[in-house]
Amino acid sequence: MELNEWAFIGAFFMLSWIFPAAPVIINKLIAPNRPTPIKRETYECGVETVGDTWVQFKVQYYLLALVFLVFDVEMVLLFPWAVAYNELGMFAFLAGGVFILLLLEGLVYAWRKGALEWT
Amino acid sequence: MEFTYETVAFFIFALTTLGSGIMVVTDENLFHASLYLLFSLFGVSGLFVLLVAPFLAAVQVLVYMGAIGILIIFAIMLTRGMMKMDQVYNSQRVAAAVVAVLLFIALAVTLTPIVDELEFGEDLNAELAEDPVADVTYETVNELGKVITDRNGFVLPFEVASLLLTAAMIGAIVVAREDEA
Amino acid sequence: MTELLTDAGLSKDFATFLTHLITAGAVATVFLLVPIFTIWLERKVSARMQDRLGPNRVGPYGLLQTIADVLKLMTKEAITPANADKVVFFIAPILMVMSVVLIVAVIPYGENFAPTDLSIGVLYVIAISSLGTIAILMAGWGSNNKYALLGAFRVMAQLVSYEVPMVLALLVPVMLAGTMRMNGIIEAQDSIWFIFVVPVSALIFFVSATAEVGRQPFDLLEAESEIVAGFNIEYGGMQFAMLYLGEWLHAVLICVITAILFLGGWDGPGAKDALLTLPIIDLELPVLGIFYLAAKSFLIYFLHMWVRFTVPRLRIDHLMGFNWKFLVPVGVFNLLVVAFAWKIMPEPDSSSLGDELPRALVVLASNVLFVMLIFFVIRDYARRERAKVEALVDETVYAAASAGD
Repeated sequence: MELNEWAFIGAFFMLSWIFPAAPVIINKLIAPNRPTPIKRETYECGVETVGDTWVQFKVQYYLLALVFLVFDVEMVLLFPWAVAYNELGMFAFLAGGVFILLLLEGLVYAWRKGALEWT
Repeated sequence: MEFTYETVAFFIFALTTLGSGIMVVTDENLFHASLYLLFSLFGVSGLFVLLVAPFLAAVQVLVYMGAIGILIIFAIMLTRGMMKMDQVYNSQRVAAAVVAVLLFIALAVTLTPIVDELEFGEDLNAELAEDPVADVTYETVNELGKVITDRNGFVLPFEVASLLLTAAMIGAIVVAREDEA
Repeated sequence: MTELLTDAGLSKDFATFLTHLITAGAVATVFLLVPIFTIWLERKVSARMQDRLGPNRVGPYGLLQTIADVLKLMTKEAITPANADKVVFFIAPILMVMSVVLIVAVIPYGENFAPTDLSIGVLYVIAISSLGTIAILMAGWGSNNKYALLGAFRVMAQLVSYEVPMVLALLVPVMLAGTMRMNGIIEAQDSIWFIFVVPVSALIFFVSATAEVGRQPFDLLEAESEIVAGFNIEYGGMQFAMLYLGEWLHAVLICVITAILFLGGWDGPGAKDALLTLPIIDLELPVLGIFYLAAKSFLIYFLHMWVRFTVPRLRIDHLMGFNWKFLVPVGVFNLLVVAFAWKIMPEPDSSSLGDELPRALVVLASNVLFVMLIFFVIRDYARRERAKVEALVDETVYAAASAGD
């Protein structure tokens, strides 16, 4: 039964955090712990840290995430198409082709507008 | 109520979803709030699994956590000065509460008859009890693929979805570019 | 195994659950020990390729070097920076390993021998891997360090971008097999491996998978010389080791996934019959299947290493350009080409090699034509670019010459 397979994933989830957590905790127990203010400073190549880390980022990253999101949704919609493809006719190829080419048009637009440039 | 492993799992996922949801709106640190949002969405994907809809569960993780979550975090990084909010609550609390209650009532009224009609849990469980090795999911994904490429099915919405995605991308680029110039 | 536990007096549900836990623990442990070997292997191979000796002091051929390293890291003080976002900083390495280890759950080793064979197999792998990006972002943010955050953002940009061609390439085996089930994809390659049918997809998958695990030439997550190590700069001791382990295990697993998708996974001569029955727990271990899978994965891993120690690191703008302006369009058109070629030939009567061959050859021919077309387009583009540059040079030289007069 399907749910039984997922019960395995659930069990794996419950277990999987132990593998990385155990060495980290053992490390905390057996390693020396002598923090000093200098040691706990932020490491930026020996130069003292200036200003806030959590600064404003370029709009470029946001655009990239957006283009990715669009493609992600597209690919997710293509999965059922791909799975059923063997049982479908030529019309399915046309439907998928139109779907993909419409999106490619968006990519061409992003390309022309320079949203894909990384400067 | 029967207390099975599924009920336990359901309550864990439901509590994850709701608890993290509350943390999203109350946490002062926007980055933490967005992480709670991801956690909440993860709970929803667990609920999808319990409904024997693993395709939707994977889509939930892939699209919502992997793409929209990242988009939200990038958006936070773009808005300087939003890192620490002094005031979590704004002046529209009462209005928001009223809208939320109304929405809940509307959803409850419209959805309850539909769910009743489907005789949801019993039917599915009976079917699974009859044929425990039934390959339910494969069929659903396969059926979905057939329906979205069927001339008499949902081929038009399928193509319109593509058009919508393209429009969203173009719109976002136009807005972001204007902002920069 | 479940029977053994129910006989011992446990309820059926609980016995199943316990079996699940034990299976999960067993496969995860085995896979978590693999990097100990591959790290040694990688150091040794890189050394040989660069005319060095590599680790050779600890144990025979330096085999125990990695274990010595782990022991060293184990006794190192774990420093949490004073300004760090402590909870996020602590969770990030754990989530990183989790996101990779969970992939192990769907890897099959034999016909009926997989921890679990989910109906959405490959989609599950992609979805779980996307949790790793969140872990990296948490590490970068939690460190409260400009280099770390900058590195994390660059990694995000890279991972997110290369996921697109990777999934586009992955859609092709799913389409040919007609299922997302791991074992279904392997069975579909019973007569002929997909790499001989759709080599272009295999190549796209190989390249974008290299980027997805952040190895050279796509190792911008590390980039020691630019951002001093990226998102893991503030980590030390075991927490650093966990970030590292996640990365290495991901590199191994992506090779296993490639072997399953394009090289037929555990399938091979006699793999279905070579079963070793274990006593007590009554388990039929497909020894030959495991061997084939490991051998194929290792072959791909070696290719990864070969590329890694040969090609220099890319610049970030080149990296993004290569993805969005080359891999993504090629991936999209490749999907269309294969879909078309797959449809023009009639469905074969049986899945024997003789019946499958005509259709496979047509798809292969379409792939070859497609590659020729790509080369043609690139050559045309390169010629135009060169003409542009040459015109510019002529102009400058001419101007300089006339100025000299």
